[in-house]
Amino acid sequence: MPIYSESFAAAFGLLASSDRDLMEILALSINVSLASLVLSCVIGLPIGAFLAMRHFPMRDFLVGVFNAMMGLPPVVVGLLVYLHLSRSGPFGWLGLLYTPEAMVIAQMILITPIIIALSCQVLEDLHEDYKDFFDSLVVPKRTALLAYVIDARYSLMTVILAGFGRAISEVGAVIIVGGNIDHLTRVMTTAIALETSKGELALALALGFILLAISLAVNFLAQWLKASARRRAYV
Amino acid sequence: MSNQTVMAQRRLMPITVQDITLTLNERTLIDDLSCIIKSDGISVIMGPNGAGKSLFMRCLHGLAKPDMGQILYADAPLDSLIRQQQSLVFQTPTILRRTVLANLLFVARQRGIDDPKISMDYLAQLQLDHLAQHPARLLSGGEKQRLALARALIINPAILFLDEATSNLDPASIETIETNLQSVSKQGMKLILVTHDVGQAKRLADDVLFLHHGKLAEHSPAKSFFQKPKSAAARAYLAGKLVL
Amino acid sequence: MKLSVLFAISAACLATVARADNAILVQSTTSTKNAGLYDYILPVVKADTGITVNVVAVGTGAAIKNAMNCDGDVLLVHSRKREDQFVAAGYAKQRYDVMYNDFVVVGPAGDPAGIAGGTDVTATMVKIADSKSKFASRGDDSGTHSKEKSLWAMAKIDQTASSGEWYRETGSGMGATLNAAVGMGAYALSDRASWGAHANKADFKIMVEGDQRLFNPYGVLLVDSQKCPNVKSREGQIFIDWLISAKGQATIASFKLDGKQLFFPNAE
Repeated sequence: MPIYSESFAAAFGLLASSDRDLMEILALSINVSLASLVLSCVIGLPIGAFLAMRHFPMRDFLVGVFNAMMGLPPVVVGLLVYLHLSRSGPFGWLGLLYTPEAMVIAQMILITPIIIALSCQVLEDLHEDYKDFFDSLVVPKRTALLAYVIDARYSLMTVILAGFGRAISEVGAVIIVGGNIDHLTRVMTTAIALETSKGELALALALGFILLAISLAVNFLAQWLKASARRRAYV
Repeated sequence: MSNQTVMAQRRLMPITVQDITLTLNERTLIDDLSCIIKSDGISVIMGPNGAGKSLFMRCLHGLAKPDMGQILYADAPLDSLIRQQQSLVFQTPTILRRTVLANLLFVARQRGIDDPKISMDYLAQLQLDHLAQHPARLLSGGEKQRLALARALIINPAILFLDEATSNLDPASIETIETNLQSVSKQGMKLILVTHDVGQAKRLADDVLFLHHGKLAEHSPAKSFFQKPKSAAARAYLAGKLVL
Repeated sequence: MKLSVLFAISAACLATVARADNAILVQSTTSTKNAGLYDYILPVVKADTGITVNVVAVGTGAAIKNAMNCDGDVLLVHSRKREDQFVAAGYAKQRYDVMYNDFVVVGPAGDPAGIAGGTDVTATMVKIADSKSKFASRGDDSGTHSKEKSLWAMAKIDQTASSGEWYRETGSGMGATLNAAVGMGAYALSDRASWGAHANKADFKIMVEGDQRLFNPYGVLLVDSQKCPNVKSREGQIFIDWLISAKGQATIASFKLDGKQLFFPNAE
């Protein structure tokens, strides 16, 4: 199909010429995804660690809830955030609707459960492995937690990359709360949606290839980390 | 260093076990067990599989809690401070996902021993110094267990527990470990071993506690135990029969 | 640590994203956005007035609801009746004419309903319904959708009874609906500008045009600050004044695609 070659060529052309609009959109995509990832990790990793290390009556239920939340439909999250941030909503006074900050908030809601559920699983596996040894040594909880995080660093990095991958490829939430406004809230995914709706299919596909390249790079990095960890028997 | 060990031992020994019972899922795993473990010599806990040996050791070290009865260390109940003067070498050691030296340093730092040279000395003692920068999880079974022993020894415990520590090892590793054990025992460290290796028990034991069905069948000096065991179960066990 | 550096960089990046204080939010339609009108006139607006205009393009129905929720400063849509209702309900003090164009019926070159070249839109709708030829509707409560519904009503046809059969409601914007129409070889009603700008035409052509009833006027309204205290009334009014000024009107008129003018200014 000629559209493939047309799009590949367009993609290379855009990248080679550092097309200004493309660079702006790419930068915003990465910024929004990174910001939401960092915030999700700051919130999610401690919660994941807490759930991994402590057992209390509601624990299994909470872990189940976070696991289920990994499947939150982005468009529903977008709608809920939109309703809350709208001027007529409870947080309208913040004036956050149609801003990159709103997009970060929506993506945080989507990624944090992933970070919590997966980091909890990683740390729980390590906790099972190490707990008798740490118990015998009478290691304080904080030291134990630090040891888990250090020893699980490869697995945790894979979890973080998974979160980033989800953020950068998401479109349902950010288009609703961001409004896909030119030079303000337009990211790679919403730009692809826009170009598609304008019938500019080759350009949309070109942008799609660039986004695909980023997504694949992130996933390859995760795979390489896993393999390198296995090689050094850090698994 | 050995003086400190002997002094610390005086504060912990003897271990007085009073009528401890542990039940799980309606099965009595430890049944009204009482004994006194004295400070001198190496005590070996023996018995057929499922007798409750490992569980008993875990109770002594505070990893398991009996439902009834108590364990006293020189008349004091087991607490966190007493536990920090003990080490336990597990049958399968937990190896941290780091280098050999880093594994040892982690443990050393827990007790405030920051000088890496001390750690290297302990590695040398167990012939692991050439593997210091090696990823620890890539070591052989014997090397891992020697590392576990180095970790146990570096904190200079008053009591060293070993739970079937040499069960899966090659004879060369077993010899290295037993040599180290005898050496630290002579320096005053109290050793308590669980083993099903009768030969090892004969080589190391000064007194034997024989467990059967969660009960203490007998507690005798090693010589008399091996020559003339008091219980029928022990006799059958030493004769190589299956003890049900 | 690396994390805090990352966070700081991200925060800094987000902070520098253009968010001028003299920026206004316009709730508008997909037809004007897809045609490329805003890309053309907004830089001129910025140069003349210093105001940054941010446009959220959704269907007319959604745009009006958003404005009623106070999520916009200015409303630019094409549904006269609903614009008047907006004013009557007190959400705007008045409605300004700004520009118009017309609707066209587009369809596949094969023309299964035989409507090509017609000038009577009512007769066109009857032919499409009778031949049960596929028709792609916006189905999204937009200005275009309102116009389409009124045309069916004029032809006394109950098109929704055939929803899912030959009458396909996409529930989407103009561009997405045109993509769907082209994809399934269906007729569609589109504003001339969106059709002109749409890049994915395949073998489709304009089948019917020119009927008076296909007139498509756009109106612009400033959201009233009594209903919505957050509205940037001063900047919003400056934007509207620019649109209806001689300069604004001339700029709109000069917007051409393939040499053809797409929007015709008609402010008083």
